Amino acid sequence: MQKYSIMSLARQALNGHRGWQPAWREAEPKRRYQVIVIGGGGHGLATAYYLARVHGITDVAVIEKGWIGGGNTGRNTTIVRSNYLWDASAALYEKSLQLWEGLSQDLNYNVMFSQRGVLNLGHTLQDMRDIRRRVNANRLNGIDGEVLDTQGVKRLVPFINTSPDARYPVLGASWQPRAGIARHDAVAWAYARAADALGVDIIENCEVTGIRRDSGRVTGVETSRGLIEADRVGAVVSGHAGVLADMAGFRLPLESHPLQALVSEPLKPILDTVVMSNAVHVYVSQSDKGELVIGAGIDAYTGYGNRGSFRTLEEFLAALIELYPIFSRLRMLRHWGGIVDTAPDASPIIGRTPVDGLFFNVGWGTGGFKATPGSGWVFAHTLATGQPHDINAPFSLERFHSGALVDEHGAAAVAH
Amino acid sequence: MSTVPRPWRTDMLTIHCPWCGPRDETEFSYGGEADIARPAAPDGLSDAAWADYLFMRTNPKGWHCEQWNHAHGCRRWFKAERHTVTYEIRVTWPMHREQP
Ligand SMILES: Cc1cc2nc3c(=O)[nH]c(=O)nc-3n(C[C@H](O)[C@H](O)[C@H](O)COP(=O)(O)OP(=O)(O)OC[C@H]3O[C@@H](n4cnc5c(N)ncnc54)[C@H](O)[C@@H]3O)c2cc1C
Ligand SMILES: [Zn+2]
Repeated sequence: MQKYSIMSLARQALNGHRGWQPAWREAEPKRRYQVIVIGGGGHGLATAYYLARVHGITDVAVIEKGWIGGGNTGRNTTIVRSNYLWDASAALYEKSLQLWEGLSQDLNYNVMFSQRGVLNLGHTLQDMRDIRRRVNANRLNGIDGEVLDTQGVKRLVPFINTSPDARYPVLGASWQPRAGIARHDAVAWAYARAADALGVDIIENCEVTGIRRDSGRVTGVETSRGLIEADRVGAVVSGHAGVLADMAGFRLPLESHPLQALVSEPLKPILDTVVMSNAVHVYVSQSDKGELVIGAGIDAYTGYGNRGSFRTLEEFLAALIELYPIFSRLRMLRHWGGIVDTAPDASPIIGRTPVDGLFFNVGWGTGGFKATPGSGWVFAHTLATGQPHDINAPFSLERFHSGALVDEHGAAAVAH
Repeated sequence: MSTVPRPWRTDMLTIHCPWCGPRDETEFSYGGEADIARPAAPDGLSDAAWADYLFMRTNPKGWHCEQWNHAHGCRRWFKAERHTVTYEIRVTWPMHREQP
């Protein structure tokens, strides 16, 4: 692997930048692998990387139907935080946040992780009680957090509308200073490059169309480029979880919904943190290019169309203008949607399925980008050993039989 | 019953309420997958069978049979067959009738 550094940059500059090599090989599928990962989003690529690096399993293929990072990884608003309510989620998202903190060094790739803090606004007394409870729970789990009042919010975001006659007055917020944002494409490319360097095959433009089974055990996958066999298969396909489950003959407690976002024309620096609001379904941050990155809640109906409805768009832009009147004359540049797989308890499903040797890592819904490193870490363990890691054990599919749900609606239902 | 033509190019859905006719999407609320029958004898069910009723969904990529409520209109429930990729609604019909 060509190492990226100030020295290599200087060397390449001197030679007209003609010596850069592709960041990963264009691999041809082999007939058989030890492990196949379906889905070349951040989670699938991270899984492959940790399989190779932590578990020494390099006979791995990542199979992606389009281009890597072309799913939700490249469509999300990149908020990274770990201030979830329950112990099980705190462990999962905090493991992730700790990996984020060293990720650029570990992968030798600048993923532009910027710990600029995240505010979750409270607009009612009950919001504020829930925020206090969540921040207390976070602190007991060693996760940083503070409860801010209206003035505290105003100090961080001077132009936010805090007038008491706002439709949803800002009563305060939770504040996680270590939270922030990252560069989404870079995360996919960095994991792909690092996994490829360890011998993983990254196979793009290859769609899985069937799951081969023999007496209840997975034997491989049928793809648009032929049959590929494997001892173990992990599906990390976000919005297409239900489609893959159907191929394997079972159902999941998931429904796929469109989720949209948009970016504005570039502005001078105005917002140096991330502000989210569950109650009015809007959240915003400013990218390094100066664009405001604005997101919303899911469309109410299910759907696999990569676009969001006008109805939702209208609602979240109204909320945006109410909270930030200063943005009322901004023009929007781009608008897109992704397909998110939402679970009844707003928590992911990571582990075994009814088919032996077939594992799923899905159900991340509206908020899985932040979990990319941690999800890959625990899923690599699961695929390598056949057993869940302590951290993902509570996120099994069986929890829907036992009733031990991990209800994160307060922390995750709308928020990302 | 009413059959719905392919929606013309718009991002807002036009939904045919079986009672009120074509109305704008914003008048409706979504009621999820249709025909999930509550088991007649829940006491006798295994946890897995109960979970199947309560949580598991078909979530198809394609035609989906689902429930809608004309919340800001006649407030009646009905069923629809909608395509989850194109969002075309092929047909809607009253809750108590068979699918036309
Ligand atoms: C608008 C929007 C905003 C969001 N904002 C945030 C946020 O601020 N913070 C946050 O934490 N999360 C956010 N999310 C959620 C987050 O994007 C996802 O949870 C996360 O990126 C999922 O990563 P993944 O790698 O599992 O999925 P993806 O990146 O979607 O990767 C799955 C891959 O599987 C491939 N695939 C599917 N079917 C097949 C098949 N049959 N064969 C081969 N390949 C297949 C797809 O092409 C895709 O590339 C947001 C999502 C959206 C849509
Ligand atoms: Zn009606």
